[in-house]
Amino acid sequence: MPADLTASPGSGRSGGLILLTLLAIALFACAAFMTVGVTGGWAFVLQLRAVKLAALLLVGCAIALATVLFQTVSANRILTPSIMGFDALYILIQTAAVFAIGASGLNLVDKRLLFLGQAALMTAFAALLYRWLFTGAVRSLHLLLLAGVVLGMLFRSVANVLQRMIDPNEFVVLQDRFFASFNTVDTTLLGVATVIIAIAAIAIWRMRATLDVLGLGRDAAIALGVAYKRTTMTALLLVAVLTSTSTALVGPVAFFGLLVANMAYALIPSHRHALTLPAAALIAVICLVGGQTVLERVFAFNTALAIIVEFLGGIVFLFMLVRGAVR
Amino acid sequence: MTRTAAALAVFILLAVASLFAGVSDLTPGAVLAGDPAAINLLLTSRAPRTIAVVLAGGSVAIAGLIMQMLARNRFAEPSTSGTVDAASLGMLCATLLLPDMPVIVKMMVAAAFALAGAGLFMGVLARIPLSSPLVTPLVGLMLGNVIGAATSFIAYRYDLLQSLAAWSNGDFSTILRGRYELLWVAFALAALAWFTADRLTVAGLGRDFSVNLGLNYRRVLLFGLSIVAMVTAMVVTTVGMIPFLGLVAPNLASLALGDNMRRAIPLTALLGAGLALACDLLGRLVNYPFEIPIGTMMGVIGSMLFLYLLLGKRFRAG
Amino acid sequence: MIEIRDVRKSYGDTAVVQGVNLTLPRGGVTAIIGPNGAGKSTLLTMIGRLLPMSGGQILVDGIDVAHAASHALARRLSILRQDNHIAARLTVRDLVAFGRYPHSHGRLTREDGVHVARALDFLGLTHLADRFLDELSGGQRQRAHVAMVVCQDTDYILLDEPLNNLDMKHAVGMMQLMRRMADDLGKTIVVVLHDINFASCYADHIVAMRDGRVIREGAPAAIMTADAMRAIYDIDMHIEKIGGDRIGVFYRQPARD
Repeated sequence: MPADLTASPGSGRSGGLILLTLLAIALFACAAFMTVGVTGGWAFVLQLRAVKLAALLLVGCAIALATVLFQTVSANRILTPSIMGFDALYILIQTAAVFAIGASGLNLVDKRLLFLGQAALMTAFAALLYRWLFTGAVRSLHLLLLAGVVLGMLFRSVANVLQRMIDPNEFVVLQDRFFASFNTVDTTLLGVATVIIAIAAIAIWRMRATLDVLGLGRDAAIALGVAYKRTTMTALLLVAVLTSTSTALVGPVAFFGLLVANMAYALIPSHRHALTLPAAALIAVICLVGGQTVLERVFAFNTALAIIVEFLGGIVFLFMLVRGAVR
Repeated sequence: MTRTAAALAVFILLAVASLFAGVSDLTPGAVLAGDPAAINLLLTSRAPRTIAVVLAGGSVAIAGLIMQMLARNRFAEPSTSGTVDAASLGMLCATLLLPDMPVIVKMMVAAAFALAGAGLFMGVLARIPLSSPLVTPLVGLMLGNVIGAATSFIAYRYDLLQSLAAWSNGDFSTILRGRYELLWVAFALAALAWFTADRLTVAGLGRDFSVNLGLNYRRVLLFGLSIVAMVTAMVVTTVGMIPFLGLVAPNLASLALGDNMRRAIPLTALLGAGLALACDLLGRLVNYPFEIPIGTMMGVIGSMLFLYLLLGKRFRAG
Repeated sequence: MIEIRDVRKSYGDTAVVQGVNLTLPRGGVTAIIGPNGAGKSTLLTMIGRLLPMSGGQILVDGIDVAHAASHALARRLSILRQDNHIAARLTVRDLVAFGRYPHSHGRLTREDGVHVARALDFLGLTHLADRFLDELSGGQRQRAHVAMVVCQDTDYILLDEPLNNLDMKHAVGMMQLMRRMADDLGKTIVVVLHDINFASCYADHIVAMRDGRVIREGAPAAIMTADAMRAIYDIDMHIEKIGGDRIGVFYRQPARD
């Protein structure tokens, strides 16, 4: 085990143990999600739930990977893609597409094709926007944060205006068909999403050692021979693709990434992405699947998960800001 | 002074345009000719709407200016300090617990919540290391988010999301005579700030500075925040939230006149009212005959101006 | 050998480094000195390719730093800046092991482990190896970063004001360390220093900059003259010879009106 030379004594082992525990909890949550409260018609219910479970698993992985990746590249623990307005941007592009093509046109287009087009557009926009933010004059993290938050508000407002410009009757129809939420998970995209997230995950896994070095900051990473520009750009593109995919499946979830990434950092006694990435993904799955099981089956609150995440995540964000975690 | 005169001229132009823009036909000619239907329309609908926009815009702008002085930060305003969200939480609680009370009582509950929200915001600010002036609006926006999430949860639980949407997104389309008069009170309160401008300015320089000059810092702070809370509650209950207006108008005024509050107040109010008129008018015209509410329009224009202020040269040093 | 040819750096209309031509020999300790804003750190970060040049060319052993592959350069040259904030929670050993990244790309071999242990030992950090960086004092943290650079095992080592935040004892320790790296390990050290007397006592070669230009260059004996000091720093300095070292004394200046 040559890799253990780098790790502090025991940290690799205890990290592995924590991962195993998380995996067990995640499997338990999935089992509970599938079986709690089934009354009659097992085959039908199981199939219905399996589809939804698949979506939640994909979303959990996508958000966790995107957030950890983004935080490593930006060398801090408070910025996340959604706080920086990525998912608002996706909603804006989606609304603009619906606005431009119109309901009758949309019926003719394959939804998967539409999604791929939107994701590509989103990636291009994100690349432009964040290249400007990361390499331009914006040097202060606070400025980046605030500009990101305000950009997100701008995207949402423009999307709002466009939604109002669409014929109100037509819009109600479109809203159900094209704007996903936890309640109306978009299942037609599951296949495409699985492929995209799998490719992204493999790409990120292969970058893991480089990501460890990026965690030291820009100067140190360059001094150690990382091709900084190319690596950060690749990472930001992956973040854009992952965020597009998760937003297309369940809509925006503002602070979810912040919550799971920071829980992973707190639990794993190591900086190594080989451990933090899977930990964050597992925690995300536990929170999503477990949370949805408890809320839906036990309390019968259907759409409350996003609100609760917003509430808890906002508090964590405030806490980090107040504690001075941002420099 | 020519700039103020130009602003005044644009403002009057916008106000007149606001009077005569709308679905039913109303022309200045018909009003001057004494057409009774036209005059009736003007008095019951168009004039109240225009006046309401002007009053709300002016008072929100002044509330923003006061908040900026007291929080000692250019980017503070009711919607970036948790105050607006606290006010709508208050409205929601009042609607749930005191459904039969008159609007004025609910408004007072909302004002009390808004004051608590603003107080919480100031309390958090006093306890954290302000390593950058940008932390203040971040804290405020997130505080607003958290309060907003709690509010949505309650609203969701009791099936009140529809009413919540009415408070959280400003809209003047339902304003008629008899339904906006509370805004006069809001404007009067905001105008009070003009008489106490010097004290607010001193308080804005900080506690130590105020005490050194013999000013009762806590009392001035409470007074200023109360005005902000009352104005916010009144605007939120009558027309709903108008985001960023209180941030943008004072900053544009200070770009023109500098930071002396007494001089800045009239121009701030004028710019706030003008900006509100422009957004309301644009919302009525863009998708004619449908309306886009001012809250949505202001969200677009306000956040663009906010970004401009944020990334512009003047503030980058901060 | 590091060859610097007509290197310039400007931000808008402000030129920070203007037309520097310089050849730094292989081996030994070279100190870059000069008043604030002379362009010392800017020049050093350009040699370390952390900052793009506005014009000119820098060659390290004949390799153009602006165009060479970054990972190849990282095996020849390492650079340490003054402000090293790390968001991740790392132990000293984790940090030092990063020095092997250019060689092993994250898959550490036994040989890499030996390098890590040797670097820890060289900096006297073995007993602190498993402590987290945020538990260390400023001086210890500084040494941990230097240990990473040592572990990177490059021929050239660039250090930007490494004495900042160090007390007298640790500052002397750091200078002795640079000497040992040059003498025992055969490294070439280029270091930006503020303290003229440290440069005089420990460097083999001094480069003096002012207003973005190199204005003096040579052995300490040649630079440590009252004349040169006035040209570089604009102050009057007595140069005293104490035990073979030239020490500049400048704490009292004649009153100027």
